[in-house]
Amino acid sequence: MLDILTQNAHFLLLGQYPSGPIGGLALTLILALLGLAFAIPLSLLLALCRVSPYRVLSVPSTVLVYIVRGVPLVMLVFWSYFLVPGLIGHLVSAFTTLVVTLVIYQAAYLSEIVRAGIESLPTGQTESARSLGMSYGSTMRHVILPQALYNMLPSILSQCVSTVKDTSIGYVISVQELTFSAQQINASLLTRPFQVFLVLALVYFAVCYTLTRCVQGVERRISRRRASGKMSNVRSLINDSVLQS
Amino acid sequence: MLLHLDFASIFAAPNLKHLMWGVQYTALLTLASWVIAVALGTVMATLRAMGNPVIERFVAGYVAYHQNVPMLAQLFLWYFGFPTLLPDSAQGWINAHGGEFIFASVAIGLCMAAYYSEDIRSGLRAVSAGQHEAARSLGLSFAKSMRYVILPQSFRIAMPPFINHTVVLFKNTSLAMAIGVAELTYTVRDIENQTFRTFEIYLVGTLIYLAISLGLMGVGAAVARHTRIPAK
Repeated sequence: MLDILTQNAHFLLLGQYPSGPIGGLALTLILALLGLAFAIPLSLLLALCRVSPYRVLSVPSTVLVYIVRGVPLVMLVFWSYFLVPGLIGHLVSAFTTLVVTLVIYQAAYLSEIVRAGIESLPTGQTESARSLGMSYGSTMRHVILPQALYNMLPSILSQCVSTVKDTSIGYVISVQELTFSAQQINASLLTRPFQVFLVLALVYFAVCYTLTRCVQGVERRISRRRASGKMSNVRSLINDSVLQS
Repeated sequence: MLLHLDFASIFAAPNLKHLMWGVQYTALLTLASWVIAVALGTVMATLRAMGNPVIERFVAGYVAYHQNVPMLAQLFLWYFGFPTLLPDSAQGWINAHGGEFIFASVAIGLCMAAYYSEDIRSGLRAVSAGQHEAARSLGLSFAKSMRYVILPQSFRIAMPPFINHTVVLFKNTSLAMAIGVAELTYTVRDIENQTFRTFEIYLVGTLIYLAISLGLMGVGAAVARHTRIPAK
């Protein structure tokens, strides 16, 4: 099994690069990063639309999120494979198709997390910001979003880890990412599918588990900070002579 | 493209029948893997609650593996890899009895079991220790106090994430098309190849998925409301 890893290490990590297109784990990570780079801003926009008081914004964004949450990723991939060329007027690569799909899919899920973060804040936060004379926009930007995003950081990050796993769907439209590379190695070796796919699973595991552990570290740090923050708040209240009188 | 919708060829007799088979396969696959996932998830959460460090470590490893490897890779390992470890006679038997379907339910079931066991575990932790102590001091064995006192409460607490993961399980059955299970996505692709009515057949397939997903979410929300433990 180890020989499969050592003999195909370059192919699994980089694909045919530098003599051909980049592939393997490198492409998996590029796909995930590119997907997230577009999905995160889009998810903020979607979440703001969903909590907005204007129905013109909240209804379409809610419908979009429910559609994406209710349809398998594979179906979304097929839709973009077929719709994106129609919409922009020329053929696009499977790579672009996959990135577009990942952006829409992750944006929908991330927007649900951001929305939950916004809605879990006490309404007093908005009310006091507004009564201080801040506009809706600046309340969101300076008061609500910083708290909501900070509270939801662990969930947002673990959704980002899922993106790495979701790139494996590229296999069905022949994007040369990690799963596809493994399938190619399997096709050339023929006799050792168990070892090849075990290597595949272990490579994914190594990457995603490391990322998951980092997310757990962030989570612990946030809860520790919040716990100590609460303590200092309480203490300052007790010492506050104005409040005590 | 959008102006010339033609659903007639899709809903013509052989294709419609084909599509219905796909829906049926998706439903069967969902049910089979759901049963595996819930049963195994419950067992693992219970074992973990026993507090044996070796079992605890094992279950934690199981959960970490299944949550950090894409389901597609797990499907490939089960479908292409696992049978090569079996003797020829067993391989023959599996191939003769719909190997794709068996391995797809096993792979999806084992993977989702990790998620369910985490849901139930968080439910178990939310049940106060006093409940367990009270059950034990009434003379119930560990197994009985789990079965009659602790698990029913933790299932009720864990209901919302449980439902979410059931929708995820249903959606993920579509990955089984990659190993040739003739479920809904596979059928949709097949009909597309035969009729070339791409937009129409994708629309029909998507609406079926959407209807079932939203149905599950709706029923789930009603069940969650009904089983919620009222605040004291």
